[in-house]
Amino acid sequence: MQASIVVTTANAHRFDPAARSRATAFVVALLVLWPLLVWSQFHPALLFETRNLAAIAQFLGGFLPPDMSVEFLRHVMRSTIETVAIATAGMSLAFLIAVPLTVANTRALSIARIGPGPGWRMSRVLHVISRGLLVSLRGMPELVWALVFVRALGLGPAAGVLALAITYGGMLAKVYAEILESADTEAARVLLQAGSGRTLALVYGLLPVAASEIVSYTVYRWECALRASVVMGFVGAGGLGQLMDQSMKMMNGAEAATILVVFLLLVLVADAVSAALRRGLA
Amino acid sequence: MNLDHRALRICTKCLFAMALLATLVVASFAYLSLGLERLLTIDTARELARFLLSFFPPEVSQRYLLKTANATLETLAVSAVGTLLAAAFALLLALPASGRYGSVMRACTRFVLNLLRSVPELIWAALMVLAAGLGPFAGALALAAHTSGVLGRLFAEALENAPAAPAAALVEAGAQPAAAFLYGTLPNVLPQLLSYSLYRWEINIRMAAILGFVGAGGLGQMLYFELSLLHQTQACTVIIAMLLLAALVDGLSAMLRRWLTSA
Repeated sequence: MQASIVVTTANAHRFDPAARSRATAFVVALLVLWPLLVWSQFHPALLFETRNLAAIAQFLGGFLPPDMSVEFLRHVMRSTIETVAIATAGMSLAFLIAVPLTVANTRALSIARIGPGPGWRMSRVLHVISRGLLVSLRGMPELVWALVFVRALGLGPAAGVLALAITYGGMLAKVYAEILESADTEAARVLLQAGSGRTLALVYGLLPVAASEIVSYTVYRWECALRASVVMGFVGAGGLGQLMDQSMKMMNGAEAATILVVFLLLVLVADAVSAALRRGLA
Repeated sequence: MNLDHRALRICTKCLFAMALLATLVVASFAYLSLGLERLLTIDTARELARFLLSFFPPEVSQRYLLKTANATLETLAVSAVGTLLAAAFALLLALPASGRYGSVMRACTRFVLNLLRSVPELIWAALMVLAAGLGPFAGALALAAHTSGVLGRLFAEALENAPAAPAAALVEAGAQPAAAFLYGTLPNVLPQLLSYSLYRWEINIRMAAILGFVGAGGLGQMLYFELSLLHQTQACTVIIAMLLLAALVDGLSAMLRRWLTSA
């Protein structure tokens, strides 16, 4: 009895009342999608073309077993250390770039904001310049900088380090300023009003409340820098990425598999280290 | 006394951390032997400055601008198609990953999602160029692979947190599981899934512009090509197009967000 009622009511609404509007939306979406598919040269059949299938099958077939020869592993080891070193060196340069920009960009440290004093016009100009610098440093992705520096300085880690220093310098400065702003700025204001300099106000007024967050963000960024330095290797900026690019260009699946595994392990370890460090700070 | 002791201990700890950090940084620079000090010599600095200045003025002939606009459209299409594929694939993977088909399936799909996510887009692109040949299609596939890992996890979490009552009521009334999902669960989570997908699209537009460095089409491939041929002025135009695209996306997404939150 109960079941038959359910069936008849289900039959009464056999067709979804919203079906028509949904079908229309679907057709419109397809019409919008069509040019996108054309522009992106969407041809799934390409994946099954014999030439491409043969290439990828040969490459992926080489994945097992991964290349575990001692000589190659030593090579990978050296590249891994290089990747970590690129990330660390890049971050330390980025930090050097970020500190003065942060001081210039943090409104809580602006003496001119308290009231017009001598030289406030100058500080306004400096502020605009430093803000513009910030935006232009961050605007270009690190991979583009790396490509440009590889052309200027040649293949190798120097391009990666400089690219990281520039983009991460801008990024760190922006986030540092935001962290300092979001903390309690009262102490810094009082110090500035009492006539202390910016450095003193930063060290005694802002850092005590914001230091742990700043350090934790820096550690997180180091983790990102590690991944970025691997990726930048693909345009020739040294480290694990460059090695992987070479293996892929030579279609050597066994080598690529080893590098991929090492990369995943590296990311895992960096993730764990950074999480542990940040937990220790909290 | 006790307090003094603690302060002292913390300080040795942070001193130790500082020393460790300094050692790491010095060791990194020593290991790389970058020769950055040569940047400080006047000759190299002048060389670098000349190289950077050779990017200006950007090439603005009409033909080249058209070509750049074309590549920009290609980049946009790659990001859109890649994100759409990723959203569809992510929803498929999110069903088992939200524990719908038992905990074994859940663990397995979560592992797959993690794998997809931890390989960066550019490495996926290098792989996809092998699988699908040079061109934008490889870029779309690469974005789809990485993004479906990211979205799959977010979707699975959204599905896990969705209220269970509507779907349960439908099943109790005799609906098939698929219908119960489509009409009971999906409407509740759809806005969230959409906003995650839009957010990833925004990231993917920027990504699509540089995936071309390994041959996956769009602005990136053009930039790589021009820089290889030492066509700096042309490269400058492409870089400006990239910056404009990023700024446009930033502005639009800020506007959209404001509009959505105010509505």
